[in-house]
Amino acid sequence: MKPYRTIVKDGLWDNNMVAGQLLAMCPAMAVTATATNGLGMGLATTVVLVASNVLVASIRQLVPSAVRIPIFIVLIATLVTLVDMALNAWLHDLYKVLGLFIALIVVNCGILGRAESFASKSPIAASAVDGLAMGLGFTLSLVAIGSVRELLGSGSLFSQAHLLLGPAFAFLEMKFFDGGALLMILPPGGFIVLGLLLAGKRIWEARRAERRRNLEVSASAA
Amino acid sequence: MMAATHSPHAHGGKSIRGVMTAVMLALTPVTLWGFYLFGWTAVWIWTLTVSSALLFELVCLNLARRGGPASLLDGSAALAGWLLALTLPPWAPWWIAVLGSFIAIAIAKHAYGGLGQNPFNPAMVARVALLVSFPLEMTQWVSPTPLFSGTGLGPIDALEHVLFGEAIPDALTSATLLGHVKAEASRGLDLLASVPALGPGLADGIGRHAGSLGETGTWLILAGGLFLLFRGIISWHIPLAVLTGLAVPAAIGHAIDPAHHLSALHHLTAGAALLGAFFIATDLVTSPATAPGRLVYGLGIGLLTWTIRSFAGFPEGFAFAVLLMNACVPVIDRFTRPRIYGHGAAQRSAA
Repeated sequence: MKPYRTIVKDGLWDNNMVAGQLLAMCPAMAVTATATNGLGMGLATTVVLVASNVLVASIRQLVPSAVRIPIFIVLIATLVTLVDMALNAWLHDLYKVLGLFIALIVVNCGILGRAESFASKSPIAASAVDGLAMGLGFTLSLVAIGSVRELLGSGSLFSQAHLLLGPAFAFLEMKFFDGGALLMILPPGGFIVLGLLLAGKRIWEARRAERRRNLEVSASAA
Repeated sequence: MMAATHSPHAHGGKSIRGVMTAVMLALTPVTLWGFYLFGWTAVWIWTLTVSSALLFELVCLNLARRGGPASLLDGSAALAGWLLALTLPPWAPWWIAVLGSFIAIAIAKHAYGGLGQNPFNPAMVARVALLVSFPLEMTQWVSPTPLFSGTGLGPIDALEHVLFGEAIPDALTSATLLGHVKAEASRGLDLLASVPALGPGLADGIGRHAGSLGETGTWLILAGGLFLLFRGIISWHIPLAVLTGLAVPAAIGHAIDPAHHLSALHHLTAGAALLGAFFIATDLVTSPATAPGRLVYGLGIGLLTWTIRSFAGFPEGFAFAVLLMNACVPVIDRFTRPRIYGHGAAQRSAA
């Protein structure tokens, strides 16, 4: 089994659901017009992901492999319905913004992907950690995309954060300028920012690999 | 990706730089006319757009560690900036010009791999991105204020306007034909009432009416386009197909319902139709490789332009039409691939 360190690093960076596996593209672009929406969607997905990973891991011995996919889907759908109802009850204003997309967490291929490729083959604790790391990595990507789009598109950051996190977090809401490039908060902005984000990650990793190679060369030469 | 055809393979004898220089030469008259018509602000906007395009090209070439001054001076970046400048409102603020150049060069051209690799026309990507992002700034048209006529701003005042962007005096603002017609239609006025209100001279080809920096001087655009045709830089297929694709549905629409469809002449002389047909749709990188393909591509652009102008929310649709057809170019190229000599036909008859 993989050590926890690797599981966490995989989820947050190396195998990041959006920037590494290119899964869950629909929520990554559809709800990220503001950083707050990205954060809310990411956290809701994280809750579902941890719960679904734990459930799938705990019943993995019982599930016949021929019908595993329908069983996983039913589990995930149940969890999403619970999250959907909970948000509607306790975070109703946010629910009005994210409502449609919360229901769509069911078809988030990232969640089924983790159930299939990790939780169905791993113990419960490791699956929970994987779900948490993957979910937080997903949240990180969504907040990154949302921040760039919101900043360029409407000149603010974390607007309406108090709806999501409570009035104590109203300080997060920043306003830099009025106006902004409308394109960035329209659908094309999601594609453009996601593309640049992926390119940026590749460049960063290539640079790091190069630096490591140079270090090894100089170390072996010494 | 270039589709290799059967031999003999011969070099066309044209260099990138030669082609770009010829296109710029063909654009010079209409650009100078635009400067004259719209005054010093137009000069500054053009200068800013072209120089910032060159600057971004230099930065991108350095980032990609590709080529040196030779690639910079091949003229492709300057031409992209130039074409973009011609489609901007002549009184736009400086950041429209610079941001447009950035989108054209860094996003639409170099993000795809640089010269020859971009699927979409860089100038049109920039124009559409600006139009969608900043609808207010991109649709502020002014009546012509010719140089030396005393109606416009002097060089220093014009520079100040471009850099600090005070509001345009109300006396100068005006509407383009297409914008005016769209606005009046939304108030319930049909063309029979709205077109004559703009006064005469709309379709005389001289261009003394509101519009983008370089799109109103119809005769000069036509002259530049014919120059390119006779120099063999562009083939006749695309311009003819674009203009046909636009004029035929326009003529039919106008004949059926003159109150809701502009005449073919208005469609051809208004907006970016002519400039686009000769200088933008014919971009070598983003248009199909074969003659039949070019006809399909051109007809598509013309038809889409007419459709967007007549039925969609935006008054002018040329840039959108070009981008949509750019996206179809790989498919068009695939279905109009020339038969390799000695292959294909025999097999078809056997089957």
